[in-house]
Amino acid sequence: MQRIERLKESPSQTAGPYVHIGALPNFAGIDGVYDEDLGQRMVLGAVRGEQITLRGTVYDGTGAALRDAMVEIWQADAAGLYAGQDGADPAFTGWGRQAGDMETGAFAFETVKPGAVPFRDGRMQAPHVSVWIVARGINLGLQTRIYFADEQEANAADPILARIEHRDRISTLMARPEGDGTYRFDIRLQGEAETIFFDI
Amino acid sequence: MSAFQQKQAVTQTPGGHAAPGGGLYARDRAWHPAALTPPYKTSVARSPVRAPISFSTTLSEETGPVFTQDMLGPLDADLIHNYAKSPEGAIGPRIVVQGRVLDEDGRGVPHSLVEVWQANAGGRYRHKKEGYLAPLDPDFGGCGRCITDEFGNYEFRTIQPGPYPWPNGPNDWRPAHIHFSVFGRSWGQRLITQMYFDGDPMIWHCPIVGTIPSREGIESLVARLDMEATIPMDARVYRFDIVLRGRRQTLFENRMEGL
Ligand SMILES: [Fe+3]
Repeated sequence: MQRIERLKESPSQTAGPYVHIGALPNFAGIDGVYDEDLGQRMVLGAVRGEQITLRGTVYDGTGAALRDAMVEIWQADAAGLYAGQDGADPAFTGWGRQAGDMETGAFAFETVKPGAVPFRDGRMQAPHVSVWIVARGINLGLQTRIYFADEQEANAADPILARIEHRDRISTLMARPEGDGTYRFDIRLQGEAETIFFDI
Repeated sequence: MSAFQQKQAVTQTPGGHAAPGGGLYARDRAWHPAALTPPYKTSVARSPVRAPISFSTTLSEETGPVFTQDMLGPLDADLIHNYAKSPEGAIGPRIVVQGRVLDEDGRGVPHSLVEVWQANAGGRYRHKKEGYLAPLDPDFGGCGRCITDEFGNYEFRTIQPGPYPWPNGPNDWRPAHIHFSVFGRSWGQRLITQMYFDGDPMIWHCPIVGTIPSREGIESLVARLDMEATIPMDARVYRFDIVLRGRRQTLFENRMEGL
């Protein structure tokens, strides 16, 4: 029998407690090496659509806030286009990177509410933000998604939400409006309300 | 808006190359560390218990931000000098780390952002939460970054980091290592890992290394000393290739050059 030769992906290792040194050196107090930490600003000018703030905290299985996590997000612009696609908003990068506060663990992204993007079969996915979480003790970066609690109709038709068997867990993927364009999305690594994570 | 942000804005180039029938190869999760690895104690309260939910990648996972050379400063890939006040630079054995970012089909992944961080030659990090008594090197910051060329090649210059003790078991030490964060062409390829050094006996004592299930997997993170490439009277060269997830190709797809 012939063999299919394929390389194996490099195994993941934890980001460890000092991920900030490499990814957010100015945040870590290492000044003067890079002008600015990458991913700090997603909105670069007169952006289209609704500007929002996504706020949250990552909690461990004991309910304690992680104070060393780094969170990255990737999302479409207000029209549902990803940066680099034809017609995408030039004032929006689509990619953000933030550290949890070293005392409280809170993170925040200044972004826009994304538009809907197509699923593989052409149906539309509900507006969502892809999220990646790394920290000490996390061996393989965790992938999840933020959906918006005030998009009930789109959420009800979303092909990925539709395949989640335990319907009561869907609420763990919902960012909740808190007024003034702020949405809250807390991430729970374990426990009763463990966030849904994806194997994508 | 600073010049840097403006640059960032205009250097966004096509990220979305999703082709019908494409999508990323499924990740072999048995090859990666499990979420729960009790010998690495911090994983116990930070590991999801429920199985992750799988779906085939969509545009959201197949696109990603693109980074280009012009956002880098001239010393970004030179950790010996990028923080140093003295012209000699950081203290420690000088090394060059070079290699390729590849996908699972062995194709180079161009325009990958490779970010690294490490302890100094004494094993000490420049970080508020660092507790090791080894001294800081005033000329070493510990961060570097580069972007792969059109063939997926990257290279940076640094000093060999020292091993260091860490609070886990009563006497756990990390082997000398360099942390790598890699951004390929799509969100679903995002990876953080660590590079170890050929011949280091500490590798086989480390609970974090030990989270990787197979010896073969561990060995794939050990950089090779390349004496042929070594620069006489300057720096030894270590070679370290990184493999990111590949993408299914469709028969009639006209973009075969990688993600
Ligand atoms: Fe380390």
